[in-house]
Amino acid sequence: MRVTFTVNGREESADDVWEGESLLYVLRERLGLPGSKNACEQGECGSCTVYLDGTPVCACLVAAGQVQGRRVRTVEGLAEGGRLDPVQEAFMECGAVQCGFCTPGLLVQAHDLLSRVARPSDAEIREALAGNLCRCTGYEKILDAVRLAARRRAAAGQARGEAGA
Amino acid sequence: MDFLRPTTWQEALAAKADRPGALPLQGGTDVMVEINFDVRRPEALLDLTGVAELREWSVAGGVCRLGAGVTYATVIDELGGALPGLAQAARTVGSPQIRNRGTVGGNLGAASPAGDSHPPLLAAGAAVEVESRGRGVRTIPAHAFYLGVKRPALEPDELIRAVRVPVAAGPQYFSKVGTRNAMVIAVCSFALALHPAERRVGTGIGSAAPTPLRALEAEDFLSRELDWDAALDAGLLRRFGELCAAAAAPIDDVRGTAAYRRHAVAVMARRTLTWAWDDHRGRRAA
Repeated sequence: MRVTFTVNGREESADDVWEGESLLYVLRERLGLPGSKNACEQGECGSCTVYLDGTPVCACLVAAGQVQGRRVRTVEGLAEGGRLDPVQEAFMECGAVQCGFCTPGLLVQAHDLLSRVARPSDAEIREALAGNLCRCTGYEKILDAVRLAARRRAAAGQARGEAGA
Repeated sequence: MDFLRPTTWQEALAAKADRPGALPLQGGTDVMVEINFDVRRPEALLDLTGVAELREWSVAGGVCRLGAGVTYATVIDELGGALPGLAQAARTVGSPQIRNRGTVGGNLGAASPAGDSHPPLLAAGAAVEVESRGRGVRTIPAHAFYLGVKRPALEPDELIRAVRVPVAAGPQYFSKVGTRNAMVIAVCSFALALHPAERRVGTGIGSAAPTPLRALEAEDFLSRELDWDAALDAGLLRRFGELCAAAAAPIDDVRGTAAYRRHAVAVMARRTLTWAWDDHRGRRAA
């Protein structure tokens, strides 16, 4: 079947999509967007997190046919105007990356948190990232990065009005 | 495999009647796992996310009618006051991403004994509204809905349309045992609802029997013995826990042993009744 949807602001179509195929497979293998990572394929790890109509979801658990006519925003779509999002910059500055595999999912999930909660408490950060597994870092630098991004966004007055995708 | 995309409820019923082998799909948090892992190859997927009315909920006559497509995130954000037991359970489901997609209707359709919605629905006295094109609407009490492991009381041409949950008239609590605070399939779980006007306590046990179930003898015991104007008696509390544990029929599996589950059910039963009783007494004092 053919599936047409908006990805990072551009309308895209994929042909010959198998009916049981996931959104994650379509993004990575058909549309050349490998930022969203494929690991557990059961919603356990969060490394395929993308926005679907502005809500973060595991792309591995969305059937391709379910995104027909809808809006998807992936990690590739977080940077705007050639400039990284404050969340991405904070992850780099804080060294919140080791092997990097979990990073795209964490970025999208953290981006969503900060667009809803300008100055999240540590408990709120932990809860928001509870579905994103990192096997390398022990999470401390990831928490540092989210705190830094929150301070930067709040300072820049960006916290309100950004609904994600 | 076909991919069916009805946009109205009537179209969905027609699709299910014409293709009884079609597997209903909402948030995909169970169905897509089975497809990704090649555990299941249904002849068709029946995507219900295009049927807008399923995402709605409403309250009338003291009953909340929750469309089959209402997500856990919506239950948490909007129904914590009306359905506190279900909202507490919803907060323990998976992760934020899973709660954004997973639905109470999907939990019912999957009918896993470990599903987190089931104990609070049992304790609250919920009923499941199902429908087919040929025979119309049927309302099945939650306690009659779970027939066996992952076997809901649905005919092949029926779809879950909504679940009707009485708005809480008293304190409700949910408790769940797992290895961490997120991404946990319940080792076992327990829900309790006080129904003060009826001088009755509702219970629901999860992941400690082939199906979610009520602890009926424990409920009857409290109906007979509980003094609604007094502090909780320690002996009564202990007996309540024992009767709840006796109602369970757990097995040993990768998540825990039968003996552990039985023990934990008794502990959760005592704790949830204590929490609810504190609220009940506090409300009366206030």
